[in-house]
Amino acid sequence: MELFKNTNFDFLRWKWPFIGASLVLSVAGIVSIIAHGGLKYGIDFKGGALMTVRFAYPPPIDKIRTAMAQKIKGDISVQNFTDPASRDEVAIGTELQEERLLNANRQTMADVLTATFGQPQSGKLDFNNTSQQQLIDRLRDPLARAGAALSEQQLQTLVVNLLRFRDTPPRSGIVTDFNQLSAVPGVTPTVLNTLKQECYLAPFNIRNVEMVGPKVGAELRTKAILATLYALAGMLVYIAFRFEWIYGLGAVIACFHDTIITVGLFSIFNKEIDMTVIAALLTLVGYSMNDTIVIFDRIRENLKFMRRDSLETVMNRAINQTLSRTVMTSGLTFLTVIALFIWGGPVLHGFSFALVCGIIVGTYSSVFVASPIVLFWHNYADKRKKRTAPAPAVAPARAETLRKSPTRAAK
Amino acid sequence: MKQNLTARSVVIVAVILICVFGIIGFPKSMADLKKNWDNNIRLGLDLKGGSRLVLQVQVQDALKAEADMVINRLKDDLKKQNISWTDISRNDPQTVQDADSIEINVKGVPATQSSAFRSLVNDRDSDWVLTPTSSTDYVLRMKPSELLSMKKDTVDREIQTIGNRIDQLGLAEKSVQQYGRSGDDYQILVQLPGVDDPARVKELIGTTAVLEVTSVVDGPFPTRDAALAAHGGVLPLNTKVVKQLPRGGSEGEQWYIVNRNAVITGREMRNARAGQDEFRKWETDFTLSQDGGKRFGAFTGANIGNRLAVVLDNNIVSVATIQSKIDDSGRITGLGSQDEAVDLARYLRSGSLPAGIVYLEERSVGPSLGADSIHQGFVAGIAGLIAVVAVMLVYYKRSGVNAVLALILNAVVLLAAVSYFGAVLTLPGIAGIILTVGMAVDSNVLIFERIREELRAGKAVVSAVDAGFNKAWWTIVDTHVTTVVSCAFLFLFGEGPVKGFAVTLVIGLIANVFTAVFVSRTIFDYELSSQRRMEALSI
Repeated sequence: MELFKNTNFDFLRWKWPFIGASLVLSVAGIVSIIAHGGLKYGIDFKGGALMTVRFAYPPPIDKIRTAMAQKIKGDISVQNFTDPASRDEVAIGTELQEERLLNANRQTMADVLTATFGQPQSGKLDFNNTSQQQLIDRLRDPLARAGAALSEQQLQTLVVNLLRFRDTPPRSGIVTDFNQLSAVPGVTPTVLNTLKQECYLAPFNIRNVEMVGPKVGAELRTKAILATLYALAGMLVYIAFRFEWIYGLGAVIACFHDTIITVGLFSIFNKEIDMTVIAALLTLVGYSMNDTIVIFDRIRENLKFMRRDSLETVMNRAINQTLSRTVMTSGLTFLTVIALFIWGGPVLHGFSFALVCGIIVGTYSSVFVASPIVLFWHNYADKRKKRTAPAPAVAPARAETLRKSPTRAAK
Repeated sequence: MKQNLTARSVVIVAVILICVFGIIGFPKSMADLKKNWDNNIRLGLDLKGGSRLVLQVQVQDALKAEADMVINRLKDDLKKQNISWTDISRNDPQTVQDADSIEINVKGVPATQSSAFRSLVNDRDSDWVLTPTSSTDYVLRMKPSELLSMKKDTVDREIQTIGNRIDQLGLAEKSVQQYGRSGDDYQILVQLPGVDDPARVKELIGTTAVLEVTSVVDGPFPTRDAALAAHGGVLPLNTKVVKQLPRGGSEGEQWYIVNRNAVITGREMRNARAGQDEFRKWETDFTLSQDGGKRFGAFTGANIGNRLAVVLDNNIVSVATIQSKIDDSGRITGLGSQDEAVDLARYLRSGSLPAGIVYLEERSVGPSLGADSIHQGFVAGIAGLIAVVAVMLVYYKRSGVNAVLALILNAVVLLAAVSYFGAVLTLPGIAGIILTVGMAVDSNVLIFERIREELRAGKAVVSAVDAGFNKAWWTIVDTHVTTVVSCAFLFLFGEGPVKGFAVTLVIGLIANVFTAVFVSRTIFDYELSSQRRMEALSI
């Protein structure tokens, strides 16, 4: 089966509309970033506290916000997730003005949740949010009193099994009825009764807590940006060394273009940029660079035996020759990323979104950004040469270009 | 050609065996297999749940304490030499960045006594540099080399102390290590897999440990109540009941009544280490500060035959009988084993957290989220993989099998490398794997498309395969080297997650050159050599 056999599209003829589209997208992204007053950073980069809580039912967002606002100063955001797998989850974010608040904040947030949705006055332990040690300590004596005394080892095994049952899907942290626990190995009717006496089941489970001091946030941001810039510079030098400097520049500008458009899309869709998104941006830079090099490589090869053709023809030929490969690779990578976007869950959401955008933009930028930049430069250089040395009788201007391009024969 | 093929096959089989061994070892049963897998492929905190804390050591605290000690000693020495002064005080740096500005101001030393004062300071406080600010006033600043070593020592002791405290949780895996730029961040990273209750950990770390050496009034008693009962339910004045930490061969709980006022505290403990006496019995030697030594000498001289308790955080770690007067260095003898001596030395040393701490970052992933992340990541990964495999097989037919084999082998090599390097698989690491898979698919596609082109141009199968591989080779080298170059920079300048991404990607790329080019080529050659004359290639 073959999709593209000996195609001969004139890609570069359409470069202007595509460059125009690129510019529009980039500018729209930048305008959106400015309009939003900068990028929307996740707590990794701006500092703050973020608590992800899963509820047993669709979460009452306003109630949570009001309850939190009574105890915690500053901005409070309560957001629910849109994808179906995690629609009963909310992310509660609070500001963190100072490192010293880090300690108190988590406790306050947890206390507010317990006070609002749990039964703090009952004196029982919340089974859905207990830690292993708490539950062991809580059960030890009552079990002995009920005539089911366990050795420390047995008790630990029992509790580990109970909590593992609670934490695996489909419970995913929330047990709604104690009788569900009877399936756990080691749970006898006595144990179950003791559990019912000593514990209650709050309708929520704290799944994830992240707190980053504002100073660390700023530092992480600087480091991530610097690392990316150095990486881009390193690639530019390598490609300049293997091809010509203008190829390196074209490839790097294409990567830059992809990053700006993706980041712009994050701003337009009002999504947060956190550490996993940075990982995705790095991935897409790598991907886009790969794509560009494949085409450049083919251009270099074609230059050897298409001496009489214009650079534009050579480029078009190269793009057509690699078209099948481009579509296959992009398509397959896209499939993987789409799977991640659909089934990957909320943790991977920002990450996979960045890759979905990035693969589309990255594939297109190799053809319509990187190649035209090289073309423009050479046309410009040729024109200048013609002006300075008018009417070269024999040697066409392109010969110069050709000699500069390292030939495969030398390798 | 034939022999070459055999040699290459041997290499490939050997690599596969080494990799599979690295991932699952020699399992004897399914349970064994799962255990080995879990041991070898370690997941990061973001995937399996756990807590991660970053804290900053307030090194200025340690410097201030040191300055206080110097001030006390200076005052003593000046009194002895009859040198008068009006005021000796230190400044009060508040942040880590200001720590180096620590200085002691000495005011009102008569000009007539200045040479005596100078020689005294130079003699007794050689770690400090004395600079006159007027004829009667001076400022003392710590030598830069001393500043550095003092701060480093503070962070090291802090790491040790925090490690000791976390040991109380009895975790299988934990890590306490220096974080960030070592010279000037003074940060410590604490990672606790499986701990979903960071509040308790912070409680444990946060309370500054108090080490006291104090006299034993009465004991031991089996319970707290027994201790009280022995004194008619009322404790003697200025005493408290303390429990002894259970030791290896525990004889049950032991409670003592000890004096509330410590003879010496952790701040006066200079050093402690395990040693052996002339009969090769284990003991713990310790040294006290000058002030502490003086007090300790007076106390031990008057209390020979009485008992002393070493109390750490209100738990007795050791009880010893005073044999003789001890000044600034002594020994605790009669310890059961080397471990005991080492532990006691550690307790004595680590008793005082030399400086306060501030939390910069805290992340805890609940085990339920970790379980979900793994589950979802697994589903997504499998779905993606099935799609890729299906398309490759439909599009490239028999040759697609080649690519799929190469892809699977790539994953095996990657996992094995993760296992052999003891690396930890995190979310950004998985991002690296996705890019690797993308590039692995790409390498295969590049080669196959090239072979198709050559076939279309009318070449014979064997030479088309040859040309396809040769022509795609430099493209593959270029794309891979470029990515490796960028990874090198990410590794050098990135932090945490960015580093993890770079490491997995580089491993994956190296694996990819091996699988997509070497292994895939070998399979092609094998297929070609098995038929005498290859008429058509399924591609």
